[in-house]
Amino acid sequence: MRLPSMVLTLVATLLAGPCAAAEVAVAVAANFTAPMQRLVPLFEQQTGHKVLASYGSTGKLFSQISNGAPFEVLLAADDETPARLERSGGAVTGTRFTYAIGRLVLWSRQPGVVDGNGEVLRGDGFDRLAIADPRLAPYGAAAVQTLRSLGLFERLQPRLVMGESITQAHQFVATGNAPLGFVALSQVYADGRLTEGSAWVVPTQMHDLIRQQAVLLAKGRDNPAARALLDFLRSEPVRAVIRQSGYATD
Amino acid sequence: MSGLTGSLLTAADLAAIRLTLELATATTLLLLLLALPLAWWLARSRSPWRAPVSALVTLPLVLPPTVLGFYLLVLMGPDGPLGRFTQAMGWGLLSFTFTGLLIGSVVYSLPFAVQPLRDAFEASGRRPLEVAQTLGATPWQAFRSVALPLARPGLVTAGVLSFAHTIGEFGVVLMIGGNIPGRTQVVSTQIYGHVEGMDYASAHTLAAVLLLFSFGILLGLALLGRRRMRVLP
Repeated sequence: MRLPSMVLTLVATLLAGPCAAAEVAVAVAANFTAPMQRLVPLFEQQTGHKVLASYGSTGKLFSQISNGAPFEVLLAADDETPARLERSGGAVTGTRFTYAIGRLVLWSRQPGVVDGNGEVLRGDGFDRLAIADPRLAPYGAAAVQTLRSLGLFERLQPRLVMGESITQAHQFVATGNAPLGFVALSQVYADGRLTEGSAWVVPTQMHDLIRQQAVLLAKGRDNPAARALLDFLRSEPVRAVIRQSGYATD
Repeated sequence: MSGLTGSLLTAADLAAIRLTLELATATTLLLLLLALPLAWWLARSRSPWRAPVSALVTLPLVLPPTVLGFYLLVLMGPDGPLGRFTQAMGWGLLSFTFTGLLIGSVVYSLPFAVQPLRDAFEASGRRPLEVAQTLGATPWQAFRSVALPLARPGLVTAGVLSFAHTIGEFGVVLMIGGNIPGRTQVVSTQIYGHVEGMDYASAHTLAAVLLLFSFGILLGLALLGRRRMRVLP
């Protein structure tokens, strides 16, 4: 009589449905790497679901998703890419929302270099200024907008070095190859403070608001873990963590 | 031709093409200059240093280009030995400069230049050189008029491979280039930028131009190499 009861137990477990732990494949914008890495264990603990996260520039992730990459959720660095996916059918309509509002920061890994007003940009104490490629990264576009708002774009353009992503822009500054750079606040911020160096948080009126939106992708339509992840990101305790990581929330 | 490409390619694309060709040419010439003595030594030496040096030369083949590029970035930076040297000499930093890319390309393609030359030197053996010696040639004369001509196919291969490899170089340039138009913006990163920026039309056009051009050059070089061989007695 043992085999039939074993079979019954097995069948019952398989029929348990959505309560079973699932996996969700999520594509995450490079600038959100650090906070995501903090949030993933919290999510996994809370829900029992497993997260497979891939990090990259939003442009690259879009190409991959458009060409069949098996991602189920996208955390983009902008609001345009999720909207495009929605229009093309790559994402499920009505699931788009702003999970974070990005803050641009002028950063140097040396303390005392960047003042609280960004006046260092007007001087000649630096030969290179790192930014993310404005064509590819919203933070790069915001950096260019900021320079234009300050009237410094023409003057500083010859000194610009462009990273293919905000991660690379940060890399250039972190390795000292560029003494200054415009990076995402989240890259140099943790637990509510700057982690190292000196920084000027750029006032939001100097550039277009960096609305980072998340969306459920077509491949994740029937995955309970995917929807659970999106709900998780909207919950108030998680929004607090996101703010602590250097973002604003709606 | 320029009329056709002028409408399909932007000024930035054309500048990237020119820069890529400059980089490939400069890298190939510099590499052949460095690889000749190195390959010669590796082919002829009996020193116990042969094996480790050989392994070191082959190392760039094994490392992923982005990893290679990342470590070059660190080495060239103010914390790295190369960066500290260039700063002490008053040259600033090598990252984001054409010279920096050149050095990166040389390291990246080193095995492609050394290996064919070394094989060619080893294949011609010791006999011709011994004969040259008995006829009174100095080591330099023996190298120049005997060893080098015999290794010509190897030289062509080394040159072709280095050139082609540099044209296609991406990972290293991505890490240390900074994508500065006219200085470090090459075709491979330009195409990548077009793809990432979802400008697929530009990406396709630039890639097609690169493909056709490179194929043409390589075909020409291969034919040149073959003709030379038939001329030899």
